[in-house]
Amino acid sequence: MNKRDGEGSSRKNVDSAQEQDMSTNSSSSVIAAFRVFQQELDTKHDKYERLVKISRDVTIESKRTIFLLHRMTNVPDPEDVLNDAEVKLDGVRQKIGQIAEELRGEDIFQFHRAFTPGIQEYVEAVSFLHYIRHRSLISLEEINARLVFMRTEKADAKGSAEGQPLGTQVLTFQVTPSDYLLGVADLTGELMRMCISSVGNGDIDTPFQLSQFLRQIHDGFSYIGNTGPYEVSKKLHTLRQSLGKVEDACYTLRVRGSEIPKHMLADVFSSRTTLIDPEEGVV
Amino acid sequence: MSVTEMFSYIQGFLSADQDVREDIRKVVQTLEQTAREILTVLQSVHQPSGFKEIPSKCTKARELFCTVRTQIADLKTKFPVEQYYRFHEHWRFVLQRLAFLAAFVVYLETETLVTREEVAQILGIEVVREKGFHLDVEDYLAGVLIMASELSRLAVNSVTAGDYNRPLRISNFINELDSGFRLLNLKNDPLRKRYDGLKYDVKKIEEVVYDLSIRGLAKEPESVGDK
Repeated sequence: MNKRDGEGSSRKNVDSAQEQDMSTNSSSSVIAAFRVFQQELDTKHDKYERLVKISRDVTIESKRTIFLLHRMTNVPDPEDVLNDAEVKLDGVRQKIGQIAEELRGEDIFQFHRAFTPGIQEYVEAVSFLHYIRHRSLISLEEINARLVFMRTEKADAKGSAEGQPLGTQVLTFQVTPSDYLLGVADLTGELMRMCISSVGNGDIDTPFQLSQFLRQIHDGFSYIGNTGPYEVSKKLHTLRQSLGKVEDACYTLRVRGSEIPKHMLADVFSSRTTLIDPEEGVV
Repeated sequence: MSVTEMFSYIQGFLSADQDVREDIRKVVQTLEQTAREILTVLQSVHQPSGFKEIPSKCTKARELFCTVRTQIADLKTKFPVEQYYRFHEHWRFVLQRLAFLAAFVVYLETETLVTREEVAQILGIEVVREKGFHLDVEDYLAGVLIMASELSRLAVNSVTAGDYNRPLRISNFINELDSGFRLLNLKNDPLRKRYDGLKYDVKKIEEVVYDLSIRGLAKEPESVGDK
């Protein structure tokens, strides 16, 4: 403090500056007030940084789960992969539990920007897994229902006096509808990749299922239009591109399928996708 | 739940959200109107004739703050209290203006820095988040910084009006604010940007004080005794 005051006065050229800085000693009420503000702001920033960190971990783990799920098409036992993914997502949920813990007693919207990327990525991963398993869109309630955490609390003095050393507390985390929406928009990109790679593997049913599902989601987004958050309209553009690719793939399947014998289709597409793939990877 | 059902559920949520925002926007507009009226009242202190009228202008401003209180009470009814930060952006600007106006009135009356509690009281809101609609600490600080630039202007104009002592008092006050703000660890956010402007206000006032002292217009003993 004293050092800072010294620096402050050295750059001043006014004669009375020395006296002025003397008057702003640490006991003044203004300084005392700012010390309180300093503490308040630091606490807030620290919490924000912690949340950003957890959110990044959630993002990374969710992305890994998605990559794992993409590998599903060319392994002998898909069920194993799905279970692995489930285990990974449990880990992610533990992390979200930490977010919920940080946010206990806070206004979640005050820190929303810190963790929204992670949550969107989680929605993407969890809805992708759900689609592979059930071929349907996971609902917001289903996502939120799995984000309930039991916390065992260290007993306070009063608790132990009553002979109850540990109390459990239920913590919930609510994904906001906007985060859900943005996560689902990202999901469509993954579905497009899944469609192209399944064509590569000679799977002719999945592309048609996917194109139908994507069309439903696209219609849903068109219904929401610009009433949603700003990011939605940006994602809608990418969604259109993904849908176009899937529809083209289905078109080719139908056209070529009628002229090439069934047992040769796989060969046709595996050679085709090698041509397509480098371009798809960019998106 | 089918895809269509899910999307119409989300759509319902989004349009409800927009309705709330629309309501808030309307109240905030009236609030901005009142804030401009208060500012107009207080601007007259920059006029040469206005220096004598400072007490009466402050009383008038304080009367207008009654309107602000009822308007904020109206704003509180527009959204659930625990979702303050969800809609914060809508009133952040006007709340900073109001914090500035409250701080300016209190400075003109007593030449001291308004506390956050006082601002909250003038605006009829809370200080801590848990109790409801409150004054965020960053908004309070932003308001104080707006006042600093207003005071540097006042210092110039008070010299024009022949009041040579006021700049010295303002200089003391701003210097104290500056050391206060130097205690804060600000992130790279709007508040930090605004704080970066404070040094120009400090500089401006120091130049005024310098001009006065080389001409012997400032009475040294007063500037020290005042604090």
